[in-house]
Amino acid sequence: MNSRKNVTLWLGIGIVSALLLLMAVSLFYVPYGANEMNIAHRLQAPGRAHWFGTDNFGRDILSRIMEGTQTAFAVGFFSVCIGAAGGFAVGSAAGYLGKWTDELLMRAVDALMAFPGILLALIFVTIFKASLPQTVIAIGVIFIPGFARVIRGGFLQYKEADFVKAARGLGAGHGTVIFRHIVPHVLSSVIVTASLCFSTAILAEAALSYLGLGVQPPDPSWGRMLNESQSYMNKAPWFALAPGLFITATVLGFNLLGDGIRDLRDRRA
Amino acid sequence: MNLAYVTRRLATLLLTVFFVILITFFAFRIIPGNPALAILGTEATPEQIQALEAKLGTDLPLGVQFVHWLEGAVTFDFGESLRYSEPVLDLIAGRLPVTFSLALLALAITVLTAVPLGIAAARRRGKALDLLVSGLTQIGLAIPSFWSGIVLVLVFGVLLRWFSVSHYVPFAENPWLSLRSLVLPAVALAIPQIAIVVRYLRTTMLEQLHLDYVRTARSKGLKPSAVYYKHALKNALIPVVTVVGINFGEILAGSLVIEQVFTLPGLGRLLITAIGNRDYPLVQGLVLLIASIVVAVNFIVDLSYAWLNPKIRLR
Repeated sequence: MNSRKNVTLWLGIGIVSALLLLMAVSLFYVPYGANEMNIAHRLQAPGRAHWFGTDNFGRDILSRIMEGTQTAFAVGFFSVCIGAAGGFAVGSAAGYLGKWTDELLMRAVDALMAFPGILLALIFVTIFKASLPQTVIAIGVIFIPGFARVIRGGFLQYKEADFVKAARGLGAGHGTVIFRHIVPHVLSSVIVTASLCFSTAILAEAALSYLGLGVQPPDPSWGRMLNESQSYMNKAPWFALAPGLFITATVLGFNLLGDGIRDLRDRRA
Repeated sequence: MNLAYVTRRLATLLLTVFFVILITFFAFRIIPGNPALAILGTEATPEQIQALEAKLGTDLPLGVQFVHWLEGAVTFDFGESLRYSEPVLDLIAGRLPVTFSLALLALAITVLTAVPLGIAAARRRGKALDLLVSGLTQIGLAIPSFWSGIVLVLVFGVLLRWFSVSHYVPFAENPWLSLRSLVLPAVALAIPQIAIVVRYLRTTMLEQLHLDYVRTARSKGLKPSAVYYKHALKNALIPVVTVVGINFGEILAGSLVIEQVFTLPGLGRLLITAIGNRDYPLVQGLVLLIASIVVAVNFIVDLSYAWLNPKIRLR
């Protein structure tokens, strides 16, 4: 059993590091410019010159996939940061203060949780124009209730623990109690949530961009590539394969990573 | 089922619906600048803007606007679409059957596939089949449904030509053709949901198999299939009901995207087109309705869960 759990974690680490490496490489080198058009070479099948083929403008699909890793990781990272920061504010206030603050904040969290995330994001991009930062904020806001619940749960569990009482008895202030004594214990749950949210963020960005309501051209996005590929399904069926495979691999990597870390933590506990 | 529990859940439901009404109202009041100007563009004359403001009701004080929106929401009167000059409710009613039949078909596929797979994985815990299923569910969770939709179109529509892709037939017109036009999108929607239910059912089955009543059933000489299907499954399915209920909401949200892939004339296409047209009354009405359906389904699921499992009511 143990060895199998480790497989999950190591597979996750492997996939995520491979993608991170690809992103790092793309910062310095891509085979062709991601926006370099070459109409003479449009819709070419995968071959030695273009490993994943070319798109309707003759752009190299591999280069666009590589630069797409930057978009995917940026959206994942920053939206998870927004979710975690917002969730920390709400969750720690609810868990630490308790009483009516807790009741009020948690009812609002329940209501937000019941609201389908993609709808919330769609409203957001309707009101503010669709673009990369807008997409990041819209997705980040969706994560706030989830983080808030996890963090509140941790605070409730630890705020009456003996070591916290001891710290208080020794005269520690609220700030010290929260950041030095409670937060380190809550951190592992937050990391698990962050990893799972990261994959949700990549799926959500892909969906929004596929609908034309996320990342806008010329910024490369895997979701947007899938959107563009659909008009050329008969002529260039390979066009849709690479972007979808990369979305799936990235999501799979972060899911496995999250599951693996959770198993590791549960076994230690 | 005790009344106090139902009342408490109902209060939460109403609070959530009110919250949804509040979000849909204020979201469209914080549009930077003037909504009428945003719709008409900068070349509009002041008269045009004034006329549209009167039509949208945005020239009234905020409090009055909110009361109007609340009244409308309760009576299902969401105003008139700017683009189609038709009542929003009529437009929604015309598209609802498409999205609903898609969601129901996807849910049916989910349950029919996931239950046998989940049981099989639990029965052969740690064996090859279990590992295979758990690997497949991880992949199923990671595949975006709109991409599996595209791949299904490529394989069955473009390569094999088994299905007429992107040609919707209403159920009343021809049930068989209608089902055929919905099968591929429903499968694409179902894949991640199947993965979720299989994982969940496998866990709850394994929990049940450790309990005393299962040992009793085994030791009195019951056949293994009777132990699994008659005893353990019944109890293992209780938490699964909740998951399936949550799935319905996710399937509904997923169909918003998948309808674009298969050009199905449902709520999703209506919503995306409305967003593109800046048809605010239509977007507002659609968001309110879809969110309310999801909230209502979750409420029903909560009640059925409590009905199936009396212990939950004590909490």
